Amino acid sequence: MKSTEEILEYLFETFPGTEFESLQGDVGPARIKVPAAMIKDVAKVLRDDDQLLFNTLMCLSGLHYPKEEEMGVAYHLHSTQLGHSLALNVRVSEQKPEVPSVESIWKTADWHEREAYDMFGIVFTGHPDLRRILCPYDWEGHPLRKDYVQQEFYRGVTTKE
Amino acid sequence: MIELISDTGERREMTINMGPQHPSTHGVLRLELVLDGEIIKKVKPHIGYLHRCFEKYAEEVGDYAKVIPYTDRMDYVSAMNQEHGYVLALERMLELEVPERVEHIRVIVAEMQRIASHLLGIGAFGLDLGAFSPFLYLFTEREKILDIFEKISGARLLYNYMAVGGLMRDVHPEFKTDVAEFVKTFRPKIKELDDLLSYNRIFIKRTANVGVLPVEVALNYAASGPVLRGSGMKWDLRRNDPYSIYDRFEFDIPVGEGEMGTLGDCWDRYIVRVREMEQSLRIIEQALDSMPDEGDVMQAIPKRIRMKEGEVYVRTESPRGELGYFIASNNSASPHRVKARAPSFVHLCLLPAISKGSLIADMVAIVGSIDIVLGEVDR
Repeated sequence: MKSTEEILEYLFETFPGTEFESLQGDVGPARIKVPAAMIKDVAKVLRDDDQLLFNTLMCLSGLHYPKEEEMGVAYHLHSTQLGHSLALNVRVSEQKPEVPSVESIWKTADWHEREAYDMFGIVFTGHPDLRRILCPYDWEGHPLRKDYVQQEFYRGVTTKE
Repeated sequence: MIELISDTGERREMTINMGPQHPSTHGVLRLELVLDGEIIKKVKPHIGYLHRCFEKYAEEVGDYAKVIPYTDRMDYVSAMNQEHGYVLALERMLELEVPERVEHIRVIVAEMQRIASHLLGIGAFGLDLGAFSPFLYLFTEREKILDIFEKISGARLLYNYMAVGGLMRDVHPEFKTDVAEFVKTFRPKIKELDDLLSYNRIFIKRTANVGVLPVEVALNYAASGPVLRGSGMKWDLRRNDPYSIYDRFEFDIPVGEGEMGTLGDCWDRYIVRVREMEQSLRIIEQALDSMPDEGDVMQAIPKRIRMKEGEVYVRTESPRGELGYFIASNNSASPHRVKARAPSFVHLCLLPAISKGSLIADMVAIVGSIDIVLGEVDR
């Protein structure tokens, strides 16, 4: 069982030169910020390394930070063998919101990533089937973005009262 | 003499839709099935028919506490557990101390809700497979739980009963005797259910060796609750990641053992739910014993909630599995982001993995055995 600080140190040793960052809010546990391009490699180590063994991805959520003009992805991992949990964050720019998919590491990411794509427009590169999941395929825009404007008509039917 | 349609022996695949309006999809779910004869080659679930954008509401309603009634409407057959998860997440963010009496009442209603939800899940599962009468007997029992809930909250399905730091109102004076009476009358019914459905030969034939989910696959898909326990893994968040006051109670974690067929088949997932109800009764009894008779259930409710900046992920054991709330706050009166990690959503994602190669009739058993609620899948 390792704490987030220990895992951060371990990651610095395993990926020398990578800019990991520890995030600590006023509430909630510490998180590790991972450079977007590295997330898949980091995920693979987190799952397979004997010291870490994060075998389940509990949750994957998209986020939008309009002030910073950034999109984010939050990963919550747990190891059922070692009993420790970890929160990872990834930030990408609004203009080019591309994050490597972790679907090949944890299958459960399949639908979570589709949801984040549908709701935030975050593109998960390498995802085998990145389609909308909750909204209709021909819906316009991504509803959970803070700057979302609901379309007036959908297939000729008004969407507002 | 039978005339062959194709004498070259070529195989033809056919794509059909099961749903969105189909009695055994438990709501509005469309399964696109690619078939070769009656063997399923591929399944593609299509969801979103009940999508109400709960998460957008949560951000825009302007108050953390006003989100609670919306959580009810996600998994509408276990509303108490949904509320419990959400208020726990907020309490952990606020580092709020909750009175003993409140914790006990919450655990009692959460376990009663678990029984009510399993009764519905098991009943509907039997119904899918052609067993009509168990459904009616189970609904009679479920009705008794809903009656108690109606007395304490005024509603039968969507309660809006739990509040951040407390409860919306105190329970009625006869609450303890009502619950004790229910526990007493319900316990023998589980035995009846075993005789009527669990060990029924037809039921076993339809569910054993069907939809086998190996434990490694289950973990990679982040399965939880009865689906994971059905695959033989002793994993229950009430024990493995204790929340509320569950660490004080004694209870067992029933797991699938492959008694009737292969480990992790539909029957294993089913029997875990049946045996779990017994354990819930044990928890209720212990909670009734230690529940304080006096205490203001509303004293710890904050007048206004203003959350500092941060992110939490809090998970609880809902009847269907791990219900997680991811909440990101940003120094204001409403959340920056709320994501409900619904167990049904995650379990539906693994449906293609366990139904490939099975018969089309078994699809009904597989969908029934993972016990999905579409309100929670689509949110």
